[in-house]
Amino acid sequence: MDINKNYFEFIGLPVSFHIDQSALADRSRELQKTLHPDRYAHLSEREQRMAVQYMSFLNEGVATLRSPLLRAQYLLQLNGIDTMSESSTPIDPMFLMQQMELREQLEDIPEQDEPFEELESLQAEVSQMLVAFREQFAQQYQSDAFEKAAETVRKMQFLEKLIVEIERLEDRLDG
Amino acid sequence: MALLQIAEPGQSEAPHQHKLAVGIDLGTTNSLVASVKSGEAVTIPDLDGEYLLPSVVRYMPCGNHLVGSEARSYAASDPDNTIISVKRLMGRGVADLKTLGDEAPYQFDASSGGMPFIKTVAGNKSPVQVSADILANLVGRAEEALGGELVGAVITVPAYFDDAQRQATKDAAKIADIKVLRLLNEPTAAAVAYGLDQGKEGVVAVYDLGGGTFDISILRLNKGVFEVLSTGGDSALGGDDLDLALAEWISQELAIEVSDNSISRYLMEKAKSIKEQLSLLDEAVVSVDLSGDSRSLTVTRELFDSLIKPLVKRTIRACKRTLKDAAVEPSDVLEVVMVGGSTRVPLVREEVEQFFARKPHIDIDPDQVVAVGASIQADVLAGNKPDSDMLLLDVIPLSLGLETMGGLTEKVIHRNTSIPVARAQEFTTYQDGQTAMSIHVVQGERELVQDCRSLAQFVLRGIPPMAAGAAKIRVTFQVDADGLLGVHAKELASGVESSIQVKPSYGLGDAEIAEMLKASYLNAAEDKDARALREQQVDADRLIVSLREALVADGRQLLSDDEYSDLESEIEKLVVLRNGSDLVAIERGVAALSKASDEYAARRMDYNIQKALQGHSVDEIGESK
Repeated sequence: MDINKNYFEFIGLPVSFHIDQSALADRSRELQKTLHPDRYAHLSEREQRMAVQYMSFLNEGVATLRSPLLRAQYLLQLNGIDTMSESSTPIDPMFLMQQMELREQLEDIPEQDEPFEELESLQAEVSQMLVAFREQFAQQYQSDAFEKAAETVRKMQFLEKLIVEIERLEDRLDG
Repeated sequence: MALLQIAEPGQSEAPHQHKLAVGIDLGTTNSLVASVKSGEAVTIPDLDGEYLLPSVVRYMPCGNHLVGSEARSYAASDPDNTIISVKRLMGRGVADLKTLGDEAPYQFDASSGGMPFIKTVAGNKSPVQVSADILANLVGRAEEALGGELVGAVITVPAYFDDAQRQATKDAAKIADIKVLRLLNEPTAAAVAYGLDQGKEGVVAVYDLGGGTFDISILRLNKGVFEVLSTGGDSALGGDDLDLALAEWISQELAIEVSDNSISRYLMEKAKSIKEQLSLLDEAVVSVDLSGDSRSLTVTRELFDSLIKPLVKRTIRACKRTLKDAAVEPSDVLEVVMVGGSTRVPLVREEVEQFFARKPHIDIDPDQVVAVGASIQADVLAGNKPDSDMLLLDVIPLSLGLETMGGLTEKVIHRNTSIPVARAQEFTTYQDGQTAMSIHVVQGERELVQDCRSLAQFVLRGIPPMAAGAAKIRVTFQVDADGLLGVHAKELASGVESSIQVKPSYGLGDAEIAEMLKASYLNAAEDKDARALREQQVDADRLIVSLREALVADGRQLLSDDEYSDLESEIEKLVVLRNGSDLVAIERGVAALSKASDEYAARRMDYNIQKALQGHSVDEIGESK
């Protein structure tokens, strides 16, 4: 398969961290109508195979552009910085300390009197931090400060994981 | 008098000829086939006018088999050779059978792949083979009624079917020689039958109470995407249980001692008939005639309702749980669709209406609604409606992943990801000098491998010896539009490539399918070579027709004059071969023409993408939206 375009070009959006989500949805729907293998079900196998490849690329692209973290990582990747597979990059110790505190706080929640309220306020706190980092990333990326932007992405990864853990605990307490 | 059209040899299909395609509801208890005729989706009856084909196959010592109600009449007298509810066995391993309990009274023989084969007087039969026999019967019925060969079928499967079960269904179609245009989720098909894909956006609940199973599916329709949010139900609760409740009451009232199976079957049939009458009337009379002793009894709707209420409440509780899984409130549900014959029971309708606080859709025969929806989709996929906007996008129902160290799963594709999708993840070795890696593909949401379903296992060999962690193995998961998975593994650091096509652990191997195909030729007493030739010609036709259509549509725009005439002459070459009878030559011709037109096909894709995006150029967006 020869898809030379990046996800932004393929879907027809400007390469930027700020994405018009409704334009993304509209365009991906137009492309889905053209590219979905169902459109080629009556044609030869080659057409169907190509459609599966293009449609897979599109679905992957939409999933990437829809998520702020994946989008940020993808933008860095386009600029030659890989933040997806590395594991042992040093992180700001202050930030790490703060992360450990947040995690301890999460672990203590099941023993609290009002666990759901605690959970909600922790979630709000983390979400707020995440929004701040996203804005920070957008500025750093805008001014080509890619190394700094990569540091921000690593922090975003930490917080996204924490959000997942908060949701998991919520499920556990619920069930 | 209408003139008959005679196609020139090689132009067997004119571009806009109506292509015959069907939707098949391959059910646990009954199966149906439907097709769109003159713009209307209708189910196709058999010669006796029956729409429902009981999903029962009876194998006989002579090697022949019966399908449908004829086979079902032997269920009691010849249980070992009369296979019922085979759908419950699809894609299941021998180990899973224990969980089915008394449901599967057959004698099993485990094949090498772990797939259960049922021992019959006509030899061992896999569940896939049994399903293929049911499919072949339906397709035969459809081809006779429609008067021609089908280009393909849409076959429905429950939304919760995993990869192995979907693959088994597709294998059955292959053995029955049916081209599967698409596997479609049953609740999605029901929603399509009601045209809900054209309607408002929102949550749709599909309540499906069949003969022996109950399924509730919560779907979200969002901009043409049907997303399955959650599924639930009870695989051991259905209309038969309603009959049983009534039969037990009758035997008590009339002090009938149920001493053998024939009495209990007799009472069940009586109960079933009363149930059906009470769907229309407020009371019905049951007369029981046992060994000359004839008695009758009046059953009111009120009494029947009180007997079945606990069972109906059980389905409502399942609805409640399933809504909770989807994080949806009953009041968020915009439409409720009723599927399955048992939803004709008034109490069922009342309880469902009360729970969801809205009137459910009941206008389409609940036995036929899934097949009808599938046929509407089949008509579109066969290419009969080039201007149709209908597109059912699906998501993967359960996460796909790999086993990592310590029996943990690493998810590669998460549930509810839009399909088709391809995703790669890199893994590494954990021992110095490791030259092979075992790759275990699992499906499910749980963290431990043992709690997920094992789909496939294979070993990647030939990794060059390196320090632990130095090798990089990229594992790519590819899921097609039917939700079927292929896994591909490649060692990156050395450039050594090794790719493996995965078959589900409980599926059939290619050799087994080939063997069954051979057997089916023998059974049909059909010349094997003739069939192979026919298949190859169909392949050639498909390529010729799609290229001709393409050339008419945009050939002049996308090809230079030389390229255009070259391609035309390549097409003519294949037409000549196709009309001959040299199987190998046609096969080579198809490959040659495919290669010659690859570049053109790629240009068309790119051109179509541009066209799709031109609809809204960047500055237009603001104005039009």
